[in-house]
Amino acid sequence: MLITHKRDIPFSEVTPRHLYVNRREFLMTGSAVTLGVFAGHLAGGDVNGTGAEARNELLFTRNAAFSTDEKVNSLDDVTSYNNFYEFGLGKGDPARYAHEMTVRPWTVRVEGEMRAPAAEYALDDILKPHALEERIYRLRCVEAWSMVVPWIGFPLRDLIKRFEPTSNARWVRFTTLYRPNELRGQRRTTLRWPYVEGLRMDEALHPLTLIAVGLYGETLPNQNGAPLRLVVPWKYGFKSIKSIVKIEFVKTQPKPTWNLSAPREYGFYANVNPQVDHPRWSQASERRIGRFFRQKTRMFNGYADEVGHLYAGMDLTRQF
Amino acid sequence: MGYSKALLWIVCLSPAGWLVWEAVAGGLGANPIEAITHATGDWALRLLFVTLAVTPLRRVTGWNPIIRYRRMLGLFAFFYASLHFLSYVVLDHFFAFGSILEDITTRRYVTVGFAGFVLLIPLAMTSTRGMIRRLGGRRWQALHRLVYVSAIAGVVHYLWLVKVDVRPPVIYALILSLLLGARLWRGHRQPARKPVKRIPSLRLKGART
Repeated sequence: MLITHKRDIPFSEVTPRHLYVNRREFLMTGSAVTLGVFAGHLAGGDVNGTGAEARNELLFTRNAAFSTDEKVNSLDDVTSYNNFYEFGLGKGDPARYAHEMTVRPWTVRVEGEMRAPAAEYALDDILKPHALEERIYRLRCVEAWSMVVPWIGFPLRDLIKRFEPTSNARWVRFTTLYRPNELRGQRRTTLRWPYVEGLRMDEALHPLTLIAVGLYGETLPNQNGAPLRLVVPWKYGFKSIKSIVKIEFVKTQPKPTWNLSAPREYGFYANVNPQVDHPRWSQASERRIGRFFRQKTRMFNGYADEVGHLYAGMDLTRQF
Repeated sequence: MGYSKALLWIVCLSPAGWLVWEAVAGGLGANPIEAITHATGDWALRLLFVTLAVTPLRRVTGWNPIIRYRRMLGLFAFFYASLHFLSYVVLDHFFAFGSILEDITTRRYVTVGFAGFVLLIPLAMTSTRGMIRRLGGRRWQALHRLVYVSAIAGVVHYLWLVKVDVRPPVIYALILSLLLGARLWRGHRQPARKPVKRIPSLRLKGART
């Protein structure tokens, strides 16, 4: 069941953290948790700090039908253990350096095979028409660890429809911000910058595919891909591109960054698949962050019923 | 002498102590098992390098007493390599021997790392004075040349497991080439002396690595 809730304030006009913290504690201690909706406060649109701490509360509904009931990882796990090579190669580097990225103002260029005009859209224009929902998804990294994350976002398909892609649009190509003076990891060519990812159109239109703008009820921390990122829960984490500045509808299959870097190790599809090992390590099991024992990895990360049909007839050992 | 060895013992043990401290204090981050595996692997290689630096350092500085510390350093390298292997078997896979065996036989970075570790076992076992005497200096020395193979295996293991950033393992490889190169270079400048028949006790004295 989807409870819709009309959002009528711009994304930028949400309460600064220091104003809502007390109210939130009140809500959390009361029975308001069961309400499932945190109503936003309309005061002051100006965000005080610009650092990583400047997260704002979001208005959203809970989408239980699309959420796992597994134990969610702590905010600390989700925001301190990241792969975001734009800020360095260590898991702690994004949390350390991502505050150097300016996320406001932010624009997203949308172009390609579509009827809407190709243009640079302000973040508010991108986000405004969409009601936000919380979806608790499993995240499986190609490095054989996993987490459970409460994302806030909206289906990518709703965004795509607004731009009316033509029948030529077979694939969607996404690009991350390239700004080496703020994203210190880009000063070295560890990967070919900017980071690029791609989806086949039917994957992009799948209801599970999310554009996330927040987690744990608030806007995304920079290290998690602020201000907007992709979340494709049945694929390895590197497909879920962060801090998107460009979305293109294209005729030919995009060439994702990791795929270019090591084609034998990272395929275009990158579907979670316990039967197809990474050439250097097994994908049969994973370590859920916060747990001691490894657990078995599930086909399509446990989303096989929802997405299995997208790959019917494909040889997943070749098109991995 | 007694004090200096005790001090070195404490220095060598401090990375393990630091790990235990951080693990208890929750300072190892969201994935402590990975942190422990990486740290123990790093220290195994570092101490192996320090051990391999003893002989070149002795030659360059002429400070002969340094040789006394070599065995302890080598055993600490083995200690960290064992912790590294144990953290893989116990913490990472919790004795799932099926997948461990599969790893060792099919994943080349595991194969080479495991080989490097196994090669250290006979060296640790024959590190006592009694074993040196029993084997005889020359045979003992030949056996202990395996440490070069083990160190190379360790660096290759590191190089083969990283995703994109080869800088750290390449730095390790450079250091190792320096340490091994110093030996080759010396061997080149001083052609091997004609083997002279010696009595076993003297052989040990003249043993060089």
